[in-house]
Amino acid sequence: MIAYLGRRVIQSLLILLGVSLITFALLYLLPADPVRQIAGRSATPETVENIRRQLGLDQPFFIQYWHYLTSLLSGDLGRSYIQRSEVTELIVSRLPASLLLMVGAILCELAIGLTMGLLAAVRRGTATDQTLMVASFVGVSAPQFVVGLLLLYVFAVRLGWFPIGGYGTWRHLVLPSLTMGILGAGWYARMMRSSMIDVLRQDYIRTARAKGLARGAIIFRHALPNAILPVIAMIGIDIGIFMGGIVVVESVFGWPGIGQLAWQAIQRVDIPIIMGVTLVSAFAIVLGNLLADTVAPFIDPRIKLR
Amino acid sequence: MKKFLTSTVTVSALALMLGMTSVRAEDAVDPNAKQGGAITITYKDDVATLDPAIGYDWQNWSMIKSLFDGLMDYEPGTTNLRPDLAESYEIAPDGKTFTFKLRQGVKFHNGREMTAEDVKYSLDRVTNPKTQSPGAGFFGSIKGHEDVAAGKAESLAGVTVVDPYTIKFELTRPDATFLHVMAINFSHVVPKEEVEKYGADFGKHPVGTGAFKFAEWTLGQRVVFERNPDYWHKGLPHLDKVTFEIGQEPIVALLRLQKGEIDVLGDVIPPAKFQEVMADPEQKARVVEGGQLHTGYITMNTTMAPFDNVKVRQAVNMAINKDRIVQLINNRAVPANQPLPPSMPGYDKEFKGYPYDVAKAKALLAEAGHPDGFDTQLFAMNTDPNPRIAQAIQQDLAAVGIKASIQSLAQANVIAAGGDKAGAPMIWSGGMAWIADFPDPSNFYGPILGCAGAVPGGWNWSWYCNKDLDAKAAEADSIVDPAKSGERAKMWSAIYRKIMEDAPWVPVFNEQRFTMKSPRMGGADNLYVDPVHIPINYDYVYVTDVQ
Repeated sequence: MIAYLGRRVIQSLLILLGVSLITFALLYLLPADPVRQIAGRSATPETVENIRRQLGLDQPFFIQYWHYLTSLLSGDLGRSYIQRSEVTELIVSRLPASLLLMVGAILCELAIGLTMGLLAAVRRGTATDQTLMVASFVGVSAPQFVVGLLLLYVFAVRLGWFPIGGYGTWRHLVLPSLTMGILGAGWYARMMRSSMIDVLRQDYIRTARAKGLARGAIIFRHALPNAILPVIAMIGIDIGIFMGGIVVVESVFGWPGIGQLAWQAIQRVDIPIIMGVTLVSAFAIVLGNLLADTVAPFIDPRIKLR
Repeated sequence: MKKFLTSTVTVSALALMLGMTSVRAEDAVDPNAKQGGAITITYKDDVATLDPAIGYDWQNWSMIKSLFDGLMDYEPGTTNLRPDLAESYEIAPDGKTFTFKLRQGVKFHNGREMTAEDVKYSLDRVTNPKTQSPGAGFFGSIKGHEDVAAGKAESLAGVTVVDPYTIKFELTRPDATFLHVMAINFSHVVPKEEVEKYGADFGKHPVGTGAFKFAEWTLGQRVVFERNPDYWHKGLPHLDKVTFEIGQEPIVALLRLQKGEIDVLGDVIPPAKFQEVMADPEQKARVVEGGQLHTGYITMNTTMAPFDNVKVRQAVNMAINKDRIVQLINNRAVPANQPLPPSMPGYDKEFKGYPYDVAKAKALLAEAGHPDGFDTQLFAMNTDPNPRIAQAIQQDLAAVGIKASIQSLAQANVIAAGGDKAGAPMIWSGGMAWIADFPDPSNFYGPILGCAGAVPGGWNWSWYCNKDLDAKAAEADSIVDPAKSGERAKMWSAIYRKIMEDAPWVPVFNEQRFTMKSPRMGGADNLYVDPVHIPINYDYVYVTDVQ
């Protein structure tokens, strides 16, 4: 177990190092010159070179990368070229909002997805099952930008139940969580359905049925706890999907998280922020996977860590 | 004997010189204005920085103007210069010495009085390479600028504090744009103690002398300004509070405006909704339209064949159907025929430019030795509507036989291609186009059409360099006497006429601004399309539902 964990942690660190190197290299190769961007269009060539020197951008690639890595170890992600603030500060100030949104999204997708999956499995082969599976398919494939605007229009503008975008209260959280949750709910519905069908075929369910237990008791007491565990274990992997989703959803709802920060930085080619957000997202994804893998054997003893 | 020229730029300056009144005539505060109230403005993007030495995008530009003041400013809603922190100024006959008398009793938001030392400190700071100001180049005419820029001196030799309320500038050349330079944000006055306290984070903790005080900045969410009760200009600002909500998609912001939750759309009305808004009389009544100091143009790289042939460039000028392009963007612009936008001094109303004439364009191409046209590349930015405009240009070019392939790229990549001599044969400037830093005809020349900009990494993407015109431009800019500003504008008109003969650009359109506001917003329309304060002049607008 310890050896396994140690191996996985080292693996994760290597992945992060790789991500940082690739991202750094890609951003380095961008034809955009950050120094020109800082210096503005009225700058003389001397001013431009001066700033380049101050920022250490006149150094060769590997030296620049080395500098980045060493300051990274002390938690310094550099200073934004456009916003001129510490990237760490920008990300830290926005992380709580993104985490909150993720929690909301996870609750939404579990509530919707598991219910749908359970219902579909129990009513397997009926029109309910088919309708639910089509709905889950739509949920998975609908672009979040469209879903977000649609929810916003119906529930905030037309019905006025929720505020039109923004951040602050639980009411602000509902629509963006739902938008993100719908995508995941589709996946969960399908996974839950197959997991449940699987469980319902097991011998112990047959035994329970033979004992004359009520249908509800079989499903909720015997089948559900067994069917739900492998599904729950997937939450860690969800984080990766969320990292993509928050960019869109946060922009639509004006949610002040790191997805919005990333989107703005990409549009303005603010390299230190792009770099910082990429690393933080990569970290979250790696951590999520690590957690999912580590937790799995505890949930399902059939899985063994090697 | 040293003879001083008095300013005749504005009536107000004259009034000041005569000691008529301490509050300038045209500033007589709007008698209908109501005092108090708060407004909310939305933006999609984060506010970058509120440091006047650094902020250089159209979003923070007017925010900074409300927090800080410079020696000069413009009459609200116009491009007319007037003294601001300065009470008056004098220009020596040789046009190389400017002396400003400062207004007394002006206080920074921290309570300390602003003096000439602060003006000098602010200029030393903005020109110091350590500040990394994108505006340092504007001060190139001040004596000693080169030494400061090179890091050899900490202080501009040409700026002298005569006494606490008098400051003198010595220039290396007569500079007619100097008063404008004293009005741009980069010259705005900052208090040394606050800059030193916050260091690189001064832009997050701005302290100035402006109409509003900085109150709150919640990263990614909002920036709040509060009324400065000690503002030297009595009666201003009208509003108690201005809240900028950040991270709002324009389409969502529009929905909120329609529901009355916010007051002004900081970003443009979303293109997809534009026609819908303008078709509804009630909504249209809340949209103010105005010109802006912007020109969208196509550059042709004059150093690359076949665009090194003036006939080819003229032919392209005749091949482009500008009316159709304007229609394509829902008439949010007016067709252009010269580099300067119509609201810019020096704009030549008589000039008609090249007509849209496919037959003539073909004839010119044949004369140039390309009867069957040629293959080329058109670079454009990849955000709407620019790819669509590029396609329209592509079709127009195809009609005269020129086969242009479109390179639709991110902004930074297009800018990089333009700054590379062998990078881009043609560029559609949309999304990166020139918006003037200050309302003076010279501002459309140097960096984008003059030899100084035709350098690697420069903004002169047509690589057009006419030494003769450079000399004429220098001559025009040496006419400092405001009384001769008409003559100077004429010289500039002539320069742009000559440029159009050489046709390095196809001026395509001048974008119009459409500011949408809530029904409660009051104040003259021109405050909502102020050419300098974009989107609106926060200091002068008010709300009608207070008191």
